[in-house]
Amino acid sequence: MDIDWAALGQVFGVSVAVTVATVGLFTLGILGTSRRTRPAEAGAEAVVTGPSAGARAGALVSFALCGAAVAYGIWIIVAG
Amino acid sequence: MEHLTLIIGVVIVTALVFDFTNGFHDTANAMATTISTGALKPRTAVAMSAVLNLIGAFLSVEVAATISKGIIDEGSGVRPEVIFAGLVGAIIWNLLTWLAGLPSSSSHALFGGLIGATVVSVGWDAVHMDAVVTKILIPAVAAPVVAGLAALLATRLTYRLAAGRDPKDTTKGYRAGQIASGALVSLAHGTNDAQKTMGVITLALVTGGVIAPKSDPPLWVIVSAAMAIALGTFLGGWRIIRTMGKGLTDIQPPQGFAAQTSSAAVILASSHLGYALSTTQVCTGSIMGAGKGRKAGVVYWGTAGRMAAAWGLTLPAAGLVAGAAAFLADRGDWGVTAVAVLGLAGCAAVWLASRRNAVTHHNVNDVETRETVSVIIPSPPAPAVKPAPQATV
Repeated sequence: MDIDWAALGQVFGVSVAVTVATVGLFTLGILGTSRRTRPAEAGAEAVVTGPSAGARAGALVSFALCGAAVAYGIWIIVAG
Repeated sequence: MEHLTLIIGVVIVTALVFDFTNGFHDTANAMATTISTGALKPRTAVAMSAVLNLIGAFLSVEVAATISKGIIDEGSGVRPEVIFAGLVGAIIWNLLTWLAGLPSSSSHALFGGLIGATVVSVGWDAVHMDAVVTKILIPAVAAPVVAGLAALLATRLTYRLAAGRDPKDTTKGYRAGQIASGALVSLAHGTNDAQKTMGVITLALVTGGVIAPKSDPPLWVIVSAAMAIALGTFLGGWRIIRTMGKGLTDIQPPQGFAAQTSSAAVILASSHLGYALSTTQVCTGSIMGAGKGRKAGVVYWGTAGRMAAAWGLTLPAAGLVAGAAAFLADRGDWGVTAVAVLGLAGCAAVWLASRRNAVTHHNVNDVETRETVSVIIPSPPAPAVKPAPQATV
């Protein structure tokens, strides 16, 4: 019996790294593009602010990287 | 020759039926959390998954030269009757687990069926037990661990990054991400699983001398396999979707996103690196990992335990049914007919049993909330299994 531990370890490392990186990037993208609601507190109304231009730009880069990951995923599927 | 043509026709039809059950059994893998978090309406989700499965089936025609990846010595007398019996075993097990609402691997059911039929018809020598361990058992055990850990870490990260933000502001983004990663899983599923059926049909055609050995599957084989898996997906295995979407953990949009992304990443990374992990086990592990990743997140271990039991039983159970079917089918034409009739009766019995407690796109998300309970014993979403004893003969 020949268990390929190296391949399994590689799958383990790559899977975890890719997942965490993609989720992290996408979260940054969401944070950079979504509005920010400060919940109403005593004496203050709820405040809604839009994202700053810088945050928006950073978010677009994050989304672009996620898009590239998806494109690579599709390439893997097609190339078999 | 006439006999040969008839049995090959029977194998082709049975393979397409298996493909169909494969479709509705595995819809949950790609779409369960998309549906439970409300990212997509149930019908929309399964329709999207069906279309992507259809497209996926056409994306790659690199059908494996062997349907069993070297688990069975296919040169040692695997006749159409054996493939037929193996398919019947796989179909029956897929239907029983669907009735119980348990996600189990359709590939394992197929392998189990083929192994059982081969053992009865040819003997143990034709089964490579080494390959069973390295290509089925280890990937099945590794899959939930890898995917679960990836999803757990990703869930923690995304909650930490988004801490202090109102979920109202971020939910839309998470749902969009979830749809994208669910789409990727559906596409990969169509490519992988429809190819399995194409491989089975092609092998049957080759053994019958209809097409030359090592030829590509004819276009009608590709089209019919793609249609069967897409139709099955569109039907929606609502029972399994409910279990995976609601029965394992209470899942929020960020968790759904982390789980789906983990599933897509693990499935693609593992197949790309040449160590394919079982899709069903990957997706289940992702959901449990995401469940654990949220603060105060719970995993309903009762459901998880029943699932693990079903995983363990898949290979031997499908193998037993297929073995019995092979024993009958080996008797000749009347045996094949008897298997077909019994198989149909089994399917009908499962379907009738499912009507008693139907799960559809209307009630797929309706599960009693369990938030207030400290010791959680999940209520089974389906009636007890094994309603069709006659099917196992």
